[in-house]
Amino acid sequence: MTTITPRPPRVSEVTLSAAAQAASRYEKLKAEPMEVAGQPTGAFTGFFGTIRDVIAHGRLLDLLIRRDLKSRYKDSALGFLWTLIRPITQLAIYYVILGNILGAARGIDNFAVYVFCGLTVYNLFSDIVAGSTGSIVANAGLIKKVYVPREIYPLASVGSALFNFGIQLVVLLIATVVFGEFPAHLDLLYFFPSALLILIYGLALGLLLSAANVFLRDMGYLVEIVLMLLMWASPIVYAWSTVATRLTGSREWLLHIYTDNPITLAVLGFHRAFWLGGAENDYPADMLLKMGVAGVIGLVLVYVFHRVFSRLQGNFAQEL
Amino acid sequence: MSIDTTSSRPASRTPASADHPTVVTIENVSKKFVIRKDNSLKERIVTLGRTGRRNSEEFWALKNVNLTIPAGSTIGLLGPNGSGKSTLLKAIGGIIEPTTGSIKRRGRLAALLELGAGFHPDLTGRENVFLNSAILGMSREETEAKFDDILNFAGIGDFIETQVKFYSSGMYVRLAFAVAIHTDPDVLLVDEVLAVGDEAFQRKCMDKIHEFQEQGRTIILVSHSLGQVQELCDRAVVLAKGEVQFEGSAREAVKNFRDILEDRRVAEATAQGEAKAEITPGKVLSGTVRAEGRAEGEDFRPGDNLIVTMEYSHETPLDRWNAGFKIENNLGQPVYGTSSKFLGITMPPMRGTATVEFRLENVQFGGGAFFLHAFFAEPAGPHIAIKREAARFVMADDPDGEGTVRVSSSMRQIAG
Repeated sequence: MTTITPRPPRVSEVTLSAAAQAASRYEKLKAEPMEVAGQPTGAFTGFFGTIRDVIAHGRLLDLLIRRDLKSRYKDSALGFLWTLIRPITQLAIYYVILGNILGAARGIDNFAVYVFCGLTVYNLFSDIVAGSTGSIVANAGLIKKVYVPREIYPLASVGSALFNFGIQLVVLLIATVVFGEFPAHLDLLYFFPSALLILIYGLALGLLLSAANVFLRDMGYLVEIVLMLLMWASPIVYAWSTVATRLTGSREWLLHIYTDNPITLAVLGFHRAFWLGGAENDYPADMLLKMGVAGVIGLVLVYVFHRVFSRLQGNFAQEL
Repeated sequence: MSIDTTSSRPASRTPASADHPTVVTIENVSKKFVIRKDNSLKERIVTLGRTGRRNSEEFWALKNVNLTIPAGSTIGLLGPNGSGKSTLLKAIGGIIEPTTGSIKRRGRLAALLELGAGFHPDLTGRENVFLNSAILGMSREETEAKFDDILNFAGIGDFIETQVKFYSSGMYVRLAFAVAIHTDPDVLLVDEVLAVGDEAFQRKCMDKIHEFQEQGRTIILVSHSLGQVQELCDRAVVLAKGEVQFEGSAREAVKNFRDILEDRRVAEATAQGEAKAEITPGKVLSGTVRAEGRAEGEDFRPGDNLIVTMEYSHETPLDRWNAGFKIENNLGQPVYGTSSKFLGITMPPMRGTATVEFRLENVQFGGGAFFLHAFFAEPAGPHIAIKREAARFVMADDPDGEGTVRVSSSMRQIAG
């Protein structure tokens, strides 16, 4: 039996190859399974299906990150230098005004490196969260027109935040040499759990907030404020031990909240890795264990917030 | 070169056979939209709870839609504005999720929805081509291999290195279309974008779509151009208020759709007529068109003699006046018109009412719907009263040609 083409050939245009092409296309299609259009659903298959989907779109993710970075500094004369100028200015302000004029540097050796450690890791967190919160709304044009797994947009923000983080890390390493000595010690390995912790929590919050921002545009502003507060709620420009000595006795539970939150842990981890001025009592006990617990909780949050995200994403296109 | 004289018009196309695999199945799909009037946190909190529900409205953009689309077919989606065509297309594309029901599909899909299918304004055309082709699932090598073809097809020349925010809307669409068709899609969704390019580009798109059809690709098309639907599609679906009103051959669907539009027009005209109080003393009471020897509601055929009858009234005595009418096609282009003035007839003075009849012999209009505007006028020209779209009639489609007039043509080969 021969395959019937869907319509009689049009005037003189048709060639045998077109008909053959059609036939082979039908064969190929027959072999493919029917799939549900859009996002895979289901509590378990949905999560891992999405991961598979995102990996399949790896090249797109790469391009989106590049686009993010490229378009951010497009038409600006200094371009990528701005990624350096902002944290260095921040550093200068904190170092000069807070450290030397207001005296926060007293009792903290090598205050410049200390501040920059905290800033680097905190900027990673705030870039991820602020970037992903706006990511869905910023990509409205794409979301309304093509289907790709929507997780890709917050992930692209994570990617471009990581790029900036990489640059700042280089500055930080140079700074350690300029202001003192290179931190060539075993504690340098604290870098990995700290960065990982920020990544996990940044991703979890990013997923939740990016989806929430579609329905409530106030999120973006709210996030800005909260990020500002959080910065002062972590030992970035002051020492953890200062807080530890004040919050004792009946207020010790406050210290636990203060210490055991992932941002504080990551900042402390960074101090431990890159800042050589710290003594053992500058850090809480069992830091690695605390980081591990926070990490596991973070992973659960990623899963839960992703479920929320995938529930909400079906309505993105019409809300934007 | 031989010319296939049997026409390959859509009307004679065989429907896709059962041999073709299904590419899209739509089962009981409904989509609910909630329209909220409060969008900020403050308003949301203030109107929390019961009052909050009053601030939102629900409406169903799609209701229980069932469709099966076989590979290799070209389906047109027709319907008045707001009937759910674009929503259905977006649901097929996976861009919005149906509230209930499921949509399953297979094969590679490319969608051309609205303008610019996801370009980033700050990137150059070239960067956007790569970004867009990645979205549509092409690898870098594939894109590079096809880049020249894409550029050629889009025909935007050196603008490829310019940021797309400086593009004209036509250039936008050309580039988007060029990328979409070079991704080797099995299913192509097209939403009313072809209307943006200039004529030469539209022609190019049409040719490409014909080529796609021969290659067994499936095309789902939303268009308001009924001619385009008739030309391209072998099947069409008429949607009205989110429900499938009709599904069948493109030709019948177009006819069905015209009827829906007609019903709406009549409803709107009645509503308007009631609202507007008459001030002028003159009135066109009625205007009708019938063809000799044809029953009411039957399509007119070429060669028919048409009888146009019009009834007028004037409250004050009218000594000198002219009666006339105009016929327009459904695009509003004038097709024919005449009046007693043209015909050199002096109307007797009107006392109260008057009825006139025009006889149009051997009418050779092209296929489609036509509208009669009945009027009467002062001798100098200004209308005393006009009744727009007083009557509507449909000419049977012309199997041998297209356009607003019908001509009997023949052809032969004279060389080669």
